[in-house]
Formats: sequence, C-alpha cells, structure tokens
Amino acid sequence: MNFPILTSLILLPIIGAFFILVSKSGDKYSFKSAKYVALFVSFVNFFISIYLWYVFDPSTSEFQFVESRLWLQGLINYKVGVDGISILFILLSTFIAPLCIISVNRTINVKLKEFLIAILVMESLMIGVFCSLDLVIFYLFFEAGLIPMFLIIGIWGGSRRVYSAFKFFLFTLLGSVLMLIAIISIYWISGTTDVTELYNLGIDSKYQNLLWLAFFSSFAVKTPMWPVHTWLPDAHVEAPTAGSVLLAAILLKMAGYGFIRFSIGLFPIASENFTQLVYTLSLVAIVYTSFVALMQEDMKKLIAYSSVAHMGYVTLGIFTLNQQGLEGSIIQMISHGLVSAALFFCVGVVYDRMHSRLIKDYGGIVSIMPKYACLFMIFTLAAIGLPGTSGFVGEFLVLIGTFKKNFLVATIASLGVILGAAYMLWLYKRVIFGKIINIDLLKMPDLNKSEIFILICLAVPTLFFGFYPEPLSNTIEVSVTNLIDIYNYKTNITK
Amino acid sequence: MNNLNFIYPEIFISLGILFLLVLGVFKKKSSSLVFTLSIVILLTTLGFLINFPSEQEFYLFNGSYKIDQLSTFMKIVTIISGIFVLICSFKYIKLVKIFDIEYPVLILSSILGMLVMISSYDLIVFYVGLELQTLSLYVLAAFNKNQTNSSEAGLKYFVLSALSSGLLLYGCSLIYGFTGSTNFFLISENIFSTDYGNVFGIVFILVGLSFKISVVPFHMWAPDVYEGSPTSVTLFFAVVPKIAALTVFIRFLYVPFLGLFEQWQAIIIFLSLASMIFGAISAIGQKNLKRLIAFSSIGHMGYALAGLSVGTNSGIQSSIIYICIYLVMNMGFFCCLFTMKRKNVFFDNLEDLSGLSKNHPVISLCLLILLFSLAGIPPTAGFFAKFYIFMTVIEESMYFLAIVGLLSTVISAFYYLKIIKIIYFDEPKKQYDKDHNIGLKTTLALSTLLILLYFIYPNSLINLVSKINII
Repeated sequence: MNFPILTSLILLPIIGAFFILVSKSGDKYSFKSAKYVALFVSFVNFFISIYLWYVFDPSTSEFQFVESRLWLQGLINYKVGVDGISILFILLSTFIAPLCIISVNRTINVKLKEFLIAILVMESLMIGVFCSLDLVIFYLFFEAGLIPMFLIIGIWGGSRRVYSAFKFFLFTLLGSVLMLIAIISIYWISGTTDVTELYNLGIDSKYQNLLWLAFFSSFAVKTPMWPVHTWLPDAHVEAPTAGSVLLAAILLKMAGYGFIRFSIGLFPIASENFTQLVYTLSLVAIVYTSFVALMQEDMKKLIAYSSVAHMGYVTLGIFTLNQQGLEGSIIQMISHGLVSAALFFCVGVVYDRMHSRLIKDYGGIVSIMPKYACLFMIFTLAAIGLPGTSGFVGEFLVLIGTFKKNFLVATIASLGVILGAAYMLWLYKRVIFGKIINIDLLKMPDLNKSEIFILICLAVPTLFFGFYPEPLSNTIEVSVTNLIDIYNYKTNITK
Repeated sequence: MNNLNFIYPEIFISLGILFLLVLGVFKKKSSSLVFTLSIVILLTTLGFLINFPSEQEFYLFNGSYKIDQLSTFMKIVTIISGIFVLICSFKYIKLVKIFDIEYPVLILSSILGMLVMISSYDLIVFYVGLELQTLSLYVLAAFNKNQTNSSEAGLKYFVLSALSSGLLLYGCSLIYGFTGSTNFFLISENIFSTDYGNVFGIVFILVGLSFKISVVPFHMWAPDVYEGSPTSVTLFFAVVPKIAALTVFIRFLYVPFLGLFEQWQAIIIFLSLASMIFGAISAIGQKNLKRLIAFSSIGHMGYALAGLSVGTNSGIQSSIIYICIYLVMNMGFFCCLFTMKRKNVFFDNLEDLSGLSKNHPVISLCLLILLFSLAGIPPTAGFFAKFYIFMTVIEESMYFLAIVGLLSTVISAFYYLKIIKIIYFDEPKKQYDKDHNIGLKTTLALSTLLILLYFIYPNSLINLVSKINII
C-alpha cells in the first residue's frame, strides 16, 4: 500500500493541535511558539496538498489515493480518496487555514492557544469532509465540525455571540439529523454506505425522493439556502474574523460539495424531480437576499447576505446538471471561497482599528489607507464578477448552463448580477470614498505586513484564475463529465 | 449441587458483606479499612466473573437462576461501575461527614441484589434480588442524616418505590395465575395473548420495571431523589441500578413475554418516545445540575428502550452498548461535580459552573467532551451509542421512532450547549479548591479518553456485546 497521504493530511493539524494543547501556557513566549507550531503545521499541510494536486491525474474520473480500512466491524469502512472535484476543495481548505492563523495576530487577545487548536481541528475536519468516500465517515466529519465552530463563535465572538452560536449549532444539527436517518436507511436499502459502490449500484428509485429530501434538509441549512439562511448573518457578524473566514470560505462549501457528490451522484432521479424546487429557492436567494444586502448597515452582515446570494448561483449551477453549470458552480465556490475570505479579512482590518462594523462610521478611507482601498477594490470587483476576476468565470458558466436549461430562470438570475454590483459598489463607495466625517478614522494606520501578505495571497489567485481558469477546469473536467454521464444514464433508464 | 461454583461471585460478596459488618462493629474507627476492603471484595468478584467459562449457558436451582453471556457481561459492567463509584465517592463522603461503615456495605449489598436480579430466571428470585437492591438504595438515599433534603429523598423514594413494587408483584401474581408457573421458561411456553390476565400482568410488570429505570410517565421520583441524595449516591443511582434494571427488562421481554411481542412493543415504544421528548424538554429549565442529570438520564433511558422495542438481537445489543457508553459519560460528569468544592462545601448548581474554563481548563475540557458526548455529537462515543440504536431501529423500518428520537436529540443538545455556554462563555467566578485525589482524577481522565477516542477502534465494545444472543 502506498503512503496514506490523505490520512496524513487529516491527521497533521490534529497532531499539531495536540502539541499546542500539551505545551506550557501562560507567558507571552509560549503564545508565540504555539502560533509558530500552528503555522508550521498548516503550511506543511498546504504544501502536501499542492504536491497532491501536482501528482493528481486529471485524465481519469476514478478516485485516487484511495485508502480503505476496516473500521466498524465490517459494516463500515474508513475510506478516503479524491477526484477532480474534491481535490480543489482540499486545496482551498489548506490554503485558507494558514491565512486564518496569520490573522490571529491582532484579533485574538484571550485564549490564543485554544483558538489555534480550534482552527487546526477545524482544518482537519474540513479536509476529512472533502475526501471521505463513505457516507458515515462523511457524516462524522461534517457534524464534528460544529463543535470547533460553536466554540469559535461562542468564546471569541462579539456581544450577541451566545445567541448566534446556539442558532448556528441547532439549525445545522436539526438539518443533519435527518441526513443521518437517510444514511442509515441507505445502508439497509443497499447494504453499504461506500460511495463508489453506491455509484455503481444505484439506489432504488422509489426511495430516492425521500432520501434526497433528507440530504437536502441538511445541505440546504449549511449552504445556506433561503429560507433557512437566517443563522448565517448572525454567525458571521458575531464570529471573530478568522471564524467568519473559515465559515464563509470553507464551511459553506461543504454543502455545495455534498450536493454534487451525494445528491446528484446518488439520487439522480430525485435530483431531476426536484430541480424546480431548487431553482425557485435559488432564485429567491439570489434576488431577495441581494435586496436585503442592499439595505444592511453592518458591513459583515452585508457580506454575509451576499454570500447567500452567491451560494444561490452555486445551487442553481449544480442543478442545471450540465457541464457548464456544474463546472461553473465549482469554480464559483472556489472563487467565492477566496473572495469572501478576503472581504471578511478586509472588514476585520478596519474593525480591529475602529471596533465598529457599521458602514456609517466609515467614509473617505481612501486618503488614509490607500493600500487597503486598492486591495479592497480588487475583491469588491471580484465579488461583483467583473471579467478578469475568478468570480466572473464561475458566474458566467453558471448562467450559460442555466440558459441552456431554462430561459426564464436564467433571466431572473442575471438580475442578481446587477443587484450584486449595486450593493457591493455602494458599500465600497460609502466606506472608501466620500468625506471623512468620523475624525477617529484619521488615526488608522494603513495595512501592516501580515495583513498585506494575507490579502495579496488571496488577490493573486483571484486574478490569476480570472484570466486563466484552465488549471481549475482541467482538474474538474473529467470528473464532472463522468458525473453527468452517470446522471444521464440513470435518468434515461427510468424514462 | 456440583455446579455451585457458578455463583461464587454472589456467594463471595454475601460472605464479604457479613465479614465487613462484623469487622465494622467490633473494630473501632474502621471506616477506611471497610471501605478499602469492599473495593478489594468487588475486585475479587470481578476476577471470578472474568474467569468464567464463556459461550455456555447454565441453569441452577431447578432452572430459576441462569448464567449466560448476558448475565456475565452485565455483572462485570455492574461491578466495574460499582468499583468506580466507590473510588470516586471516597473523598466526598469523608468531607460531607457521612464516612460510616454502612456506606460501602450498603453499596455492596445493593450490588449483590443487582447480581441476583441479572441472573434471575424466575419471578420469585427476581423479586428477592430487586428488594435487596432497592432496600439498600432507600437507606443510601437518606444516608446524609444531617440534611433534611436527603431524608426527604429517602422517604420519597421509599414510598413510591414500594408502590411500584406492589404493582410489580401484582403483575407477577397475575402472570403466575394465568400461566401456572414462576419460571421464565415455563411462562414463555404457557403465555397466550388470548388470556387478558397475561396482558394485564405484563402491563403491571412493565410499570414496575419502568419505575426502577425512571422512564416517563413513571419518572416523578427521579429529580427529587437525585437532587436530595448525597452526590456520590446520586452517581450510584444514575448508573448502577440502570444496568441491572435494563438486563431485567431484556430478560422479561425476550424470554417469558416474547410470545406477546405485539402487545408489549407498543408500550415500549410509547415509554421510549415519551422519555426522549419529556427528558429533553424538561431538562431545559433546570438550575440544579443533579436535577438536570436526572432529566437527562430519563431521556437516555428512552434511547436505550428504543433499542429494546425493536425485537431483534441487534436491538438488544445496541441497548447494551448504549447503557455502557452512558455510564462512562455519567461517571466522568459526576467526577467533575466532585471537584466543585470550596472549603469542603460542594456546589451543584448550574451557575456555579460559570467561567470554569478560566480557572480549571483541564476539567472544563473534560466536561466539554463529556457534554458533547451526552448530546450525541460525533466523533464522541455518545454519537456511536445513538448511531447503533438508530441503526437497529431503522433496520426494522420504525421511521417514526427514529425521526422523533433524533429530533429530540436536537432539543436535548440545547441544554447541554447551555452548560457549555456557562462553562466557556460566561464570566468566571471564584476558583474551586485544588483537588489532588488520584482516584477521582484517574476516573475522570479514563472516562474522558474512552469517550473521546472511542471512534478509533469502535469494534472493541461491539465484539464483546455481539456474543450476547437472547433470541
């Protein structure tokens, strides 16, 4: 057997967290060393995943680097592996985590050690979600992620942190328990929870609708789709910067990934039946939450609502069930992962200086913090989906895919682009331009080195994939084609 | 009587109790000695049990006493948890000034009663074991003579428990009247649903048993008794009798009453659903940790019963796994309660935990893991316990039970989260005394590690339990 590279990816952050846990605490020196350990571990993880991407063979849709071990008395195997879709999400996770750890510098003052542990554990679990090839293992990672996130929001959050943490936890748990029932049912229907075997076996069509709904309940909460999105703005607003970044950049992607891997892969017939439902909810999400975002006075809330709208495009793209739509939504997820992370970092930067997230407290920052204004501009434009940024590629492909399927839906969805431009540009105008009303702003220093490093790290891939999305689409192409082939094959049989 | 060696554990404990009583009476200030000796006695009994030949079944005393995989396993679990209860309560009873020789002796005799219950294969033997167990428990509940709360708990438990024992006896006599036997095997051959007396008998017996494991609607005594009793006794209440009572449940349902499966299944499902929902909802408003644990244990018993309602071997096994994991979690939780003291005064209110993470990071971390496990969040063992239960429940297509059960875990997650919130998010209070009790620390560390690392090798427990085949 080859070197278990995926398991080591999952385990490394946990080992790092363990070292931090047992290390001496108290003095300033130990905080520093804890941070270096966390940084080291997460960077090693990032380089391993880059290596993984390099070795990865994009010409086949088979799962690669598969590891399988007996785990639960022969019932359930511990099975991990990656294909073209999941490898990108693993990269995204290992890329965002070190940036979060760097950002900890200014934002977290109390219990730094515990915070680093929470982030590292979170990273492990996220990687686990994206590479597990067994439904039960997937569920384990998916649910376990609630614990560190709950603590991140609850311990280091803002004033209404308790309410937000509870809402986040209970909403997601409520959605997930139904998925657990569905997973167990699948086991008794098909005799296995191994994803690759289930792809081959298929699931009896008479059960598919109910099972699809059960999975949907979990993923819809996590995505989040309208009308169960209300936990997201609260969670984002109260979470510390690093928490918001993790939440927006990766946690939301778990659900999108789940839709692709499980909803479409396992229940193609039900996915066909429910496309109208998903279209409706996605359209409401795109249009309605864009309007809501327009009216926000809190920067973080505005970006949170824009996340809901962007994830609306993702779900729309996934359920077009054609090549362009699916590829588009995967690229959109990656791009949103980069851009929303960057936007939350940007808000974090000014929040650390002013301790206010309200838009009206700002204005005219361009003359005080020119570097900041410039970088913020890049991400604002990427969020709008301006050509030349990664946001454009994703949105464009999703809209093409949708136009192929349904003209009306695509037309309404295009409205979202305009609205998106409206709320983002308006936000930019109000925060960056205009007269300086608040005199305290004058004391704000421009970006420091670590902040510049974080934002440039995010800006480079955003622009690079905007001009040259080839590496992304190359990686996912064969896997997506394969998924669509399976889907067409399965749905044609029943017709 | 050449097969008396099969009940060596019971004989040894009885002799041990007598010896300890005599020793305690004649030797002055022998509390510590008696305490240590009782742990030694339990350890020796454990040795007897572990050396027991497996994979065989033995009937003693004209088939009224059965030794098999189920009884051996449950006896081992009972005795291990008894040992840990004694270890944990050592310091506590000393500080609360109830360090008398009667305490370990009563616990031993109650454990003896449980061993008899677990192995009983006859209504009369079962009743003798049950009474021996509960009589000791009455006294234990009222053990803190200096506190009115404790006496009240003892009295309450006594009155209500006597009533339920009466119902149980009435059920037994009905069953005897309609089947003509007290032996489980003979009953199982002569029981028919056409005789309504049998159905009534089953109902009465189930009511009596439900009272003993405190499931809704026979749970009323639990919160008061849990709150009033000394904490170490509450730990005993919350853990050990449940094991024995659950075994008796399994025995009754799957040996004598198996023929009437359709009749009792609905009752068990109702008890299970009612306890899950009621336990989850009523725990939310509690302010006392011991009371809260009482309600949470009501909920947990609901899940354990859900496994029994299925009617398959795997259902029984999942219940047994559930109860094992449950007792480890509770053991850890109570260890944390024992550490909450300032100047020999123990605290057991919810708000006393506030900001614990600041001053006691290790204990808070353990509590965090245990609470998430109690709530059933992966990857802790509590999740697996629920997972097995719902595996078997869904195998038999009982979706309603599964959905309601899992939804009530969401509700119960709320109050577990509330405790975590108080520990981690609230402002810290005064520090608690540092405790250097090695027994307590070991128990806490052991239970937390078991709960946290269970997912690495979940087969260990399954392999043990999968040998238990009743049907």
